[in-house]
Amino acid sequence: MIDRTIAPGFKTIEKVDIQHAASFKLDNGISVYTIDAGSQELTRIEFIFKAGTFWQDSPLNAVTANTLIENGTAKYSANKLSDSIDFYGSFFETSCGYDFSSLALFSLNKHLESSLVFVEEMIKNANYPQEELVTHLANKKQKHLVNLQKVNSVALHRFSELLFGETHPYGVQARTEHFDTLQRETVVNFYKKHYQYQNCTIMVSGKLPANLKQILNKHFGSEKWGTATEIKKLYTAAQSSAVRENMIEKKDAVQSAIRVGRRLFNKTHEDYFKFQVLNTVLGGYFGSRLMANIREDKGYTYGIGSGLSSLVNDGFFYISTEVGADVTKSALDEIYKEIEKLQNDLVSESELETVKNYILGQFLRSVEGPFALADKYRGIWEFGLDYDYYEKYFKAVQSTKPQEITDLAAKYLKKADLLELVVGKK
Amino acid sequence: MIEFEKHILKNKLKLIIHKDDSFPMACVNILYDVGARDEDESKTGFAHLFEHLMFGGSVNIPNYDEPLQLAGGENNAFTTNDITNYYCTVPIDNLETAFWLESDRMLSLAFTDKSLEVQRNVVIEEFKQRYLNQPYGDVWLLLRPLAYKVHPYKWATIGKEIAHVESAVMDDVKGFFKEHYCPANAILVVAGHVNSKEVIELAQKWFEPIASGEATKRNLPTEPAQTEERKLTVHHDVPQDAIYKTYHMCARNDKEYYATDILSDVLSRGNSSRLYKSLVKDKKLFSEVSAYVMGDFDRGLFVVSGKLSDGVSVEQAEAGIESELQKMKTDVVGEEEFQKCKNKIESTLIFSEMDVLNKATNLAISELLGDADMINQEAAKYQKVTVADVKRVATEILRKENCSTLYYLKNK
Repeated sequence: MIDRTIAPGFKTIEKVDIQHAASFKLDNGISVYTIDAGSQELTRIEFIFKAGTFWQDSPLNAVTANTLIENGTAKYSANKLSDSIDFYGSFFETSCGYDFSSLALFSLNKHLESSLVFVEEMIKNANYPQEELVTHLANKKQKHLVNLQKVNSVALHRFSELLFGETHPYGVQARTEHFDTLQRETVVNFYKKHYQYQNCTIMVSGKLPANLKQILNKHFGSEKWGTATEIKKLYTAAQSSAVRENMIEKKDAVQSAIRVGRRLFNKTHEDYFKFQVLNTVLGGYFGSRLMANIREDKGYTYGIGSGLSSLVNDGFFYISTEVGADVTKSALDEIYKEIEKLQNDLVSESELETVKNYILGQFLRSVEGPFALADKYRGIWEFGLDYDYYEKYFKAVQSTKPQEITDLAAKYLKKADLLELVVGKK
Repeated sequence: MIEFEKHILKNKLKLIIHKDDSFPMACVNILYDVGARDEDESKTGFAHLFEHLMFGGSVNIPNYDEPLQLAGGENNAFTTNDITNYYCTVPIDNLETAFWLESDRMLSLAFTDKSLEVQRNVVIEEFKQRYLNQPYGDVWLLLRPLAYKVHPYKWATIGKEIAHVESAVMDDVKGFFKEHYCPANAILVVAGHVNSKEVIELAQKWFEPIASGEATKRNLPTEPAQTEERKLTVHHDVPQDAIYKTYHMCARNDKEYYATDILSDVLSRGNSSRLYKSLVKDKKLFSEVSAYVMGDFDRGLFVVSGKLSDGVSVEQAEAGIESELQKMKTDVVGEEEFQKCKNKIESTLIFSEMDVLNKATNLAISELLGDADMINQEAAKYQKVTVADVKRVATEILRKENCSTLYYLKNK
């Protein structure tokens, strides 16, 4: 009979070998980074532009230029573009973040070039037909109105405003009227300025075709497409809300959305790695203090978590949850109690060991497959970092001491510095 | 092609091993053949509540998550109307930790009152978060009992109402475990950078000593054919009117499933699909619209739903849907459009093979549906579908008297 009360031995992850991206330049100078991995005959090509919301002059501008790029060009209608890409079984995805926007083509290798020509046409010749824009904004406005009824969406948007300021490039949010006022000309101008060869970086991952360089040069490297403009914007430091406790009342809410957090730093900061360990202890995994207390002990919520988001020029820490409206106050009390505990009592060696092993396991999990490996590279490229960042990360996590967690909690998580937002009832 | 080997342990536990050396971890997936359809109508939501309780400690191990996390692992689980599925990934060197944890909670649970009390609350909060505190969140709580009169698909996995979750007691928990959580009722899939000899030895060591138990014997009532159209109108505080139409369709294992799935793709997959082009872009009747199959194991539902554009009447919008559905019944799909759908299915299947966890779960589901190798036959089954097949299933399914419609309207 085996003794089931005794856990089998396990090994700690000492090291993770990450396949590094290779790179080359196209004839016009565009940098291409590649991850050749995986066994399926498929490829993802990502075109990355400094064209996130940080770069826009009015709300909705960046995301609309990004999303509607597939809705018509000088040569092809929106229907023709989607018919063609779908015909080859390929997928086209747009995304727009705070700092960067990207356009990604996912294709089986046998249809790669046939699909790519349509992406080329969009990137070089999008013309944002007025009718497409009007329909798009009307539909997005509807979605926006639905989101205004979700406590969690309202909290998400309002918290950005509180963290960075309502007019700051990282804080500004689209309001209902913006869906009526955004002009085609504004979108086109943003597109022309940002979607051009000098502002473009290409990341390719998958089981790469042998003639990849040749294909990319033919479609994206042979000419200086778009209007070359230097993309520069001065970063003005954000001003967080001076009011610490904030509330948006929703009379019929059966749950309240809660956010607690502050502006902090991004992954280039010396305390970033060890703060990640602190964050994991507090709310970064299923066994975290917040989950153990507020979900697994009190049953106030379906889930609670915390995180640290890195932006190119800034960063922020947040705790996020939705709790029963009747226990909103108690849940907030417990959140602050857990933070205080981290400031006052040392984390036990065994809890810290669990957290470290969990983080290292997550790291191993995050390098599965070619797309994940490319994302891993993008995660450092965006911040001008190199692969030694991950080695440093690994070492910092492994060497974190309980006292360091206490010190970081005391330094960065003072209650007076934490903004609080409740959407719902209190 | 997903290669695998299959073994049956002495206690009837099915074991499937899939090697994928590109993944530096091992994934352990355990599917139990029990879902919300196996619940008592007066105690709905129980299969899902039970899934939560599986994390509340087992007979010899007080906490499931902590030792797993200590070994660098991570886990989750989901419950549907058909199955309950648990999965975890661990660094390959720590595979035995997963076997230890998963086998102990198959052997028996700790059954603590505290765990039951807390997880009842957690599930109630989940109920509120996902179904009550969201605009349109309760759609399926309304649609299921409209579409089904007899079959247990008439309630949602989360349960009919919060009161059912609230009233769950320990005797129910123990009874449910005894009836459904045993080797004969489970499928274990181990995938990743694994050695099959080692996996078999671990399975023999940790799982084989557990008493076999019995596989679920189902005698679910068959939903009678719907003979007249059903309609329900509700008014809520939402910003847009919405329409949901469901049509009864075949079971997941039926040969007509593939044609039905393609029918939904023609109508609604991607921006080149018919409903999007016609109803969103061209006629501007909807701000969003979709058609899909639910994929239920028993006879399931084909769903068409959409949110209306501002100023469009429900009658106009519904007529727009009807006219597109009518075309599917009267005309065959064009050659190029049909090829497009098949190309998309081909690439989707290949892309899905990149994800080891996804492969492990799909192997378990395929095995439950009859044969793990079905996972490798899917592509061919889709390719065999003809335009005539699609027209035939459209004619058979998309009938008024087979339809239940929910008008989810904003308050006036």
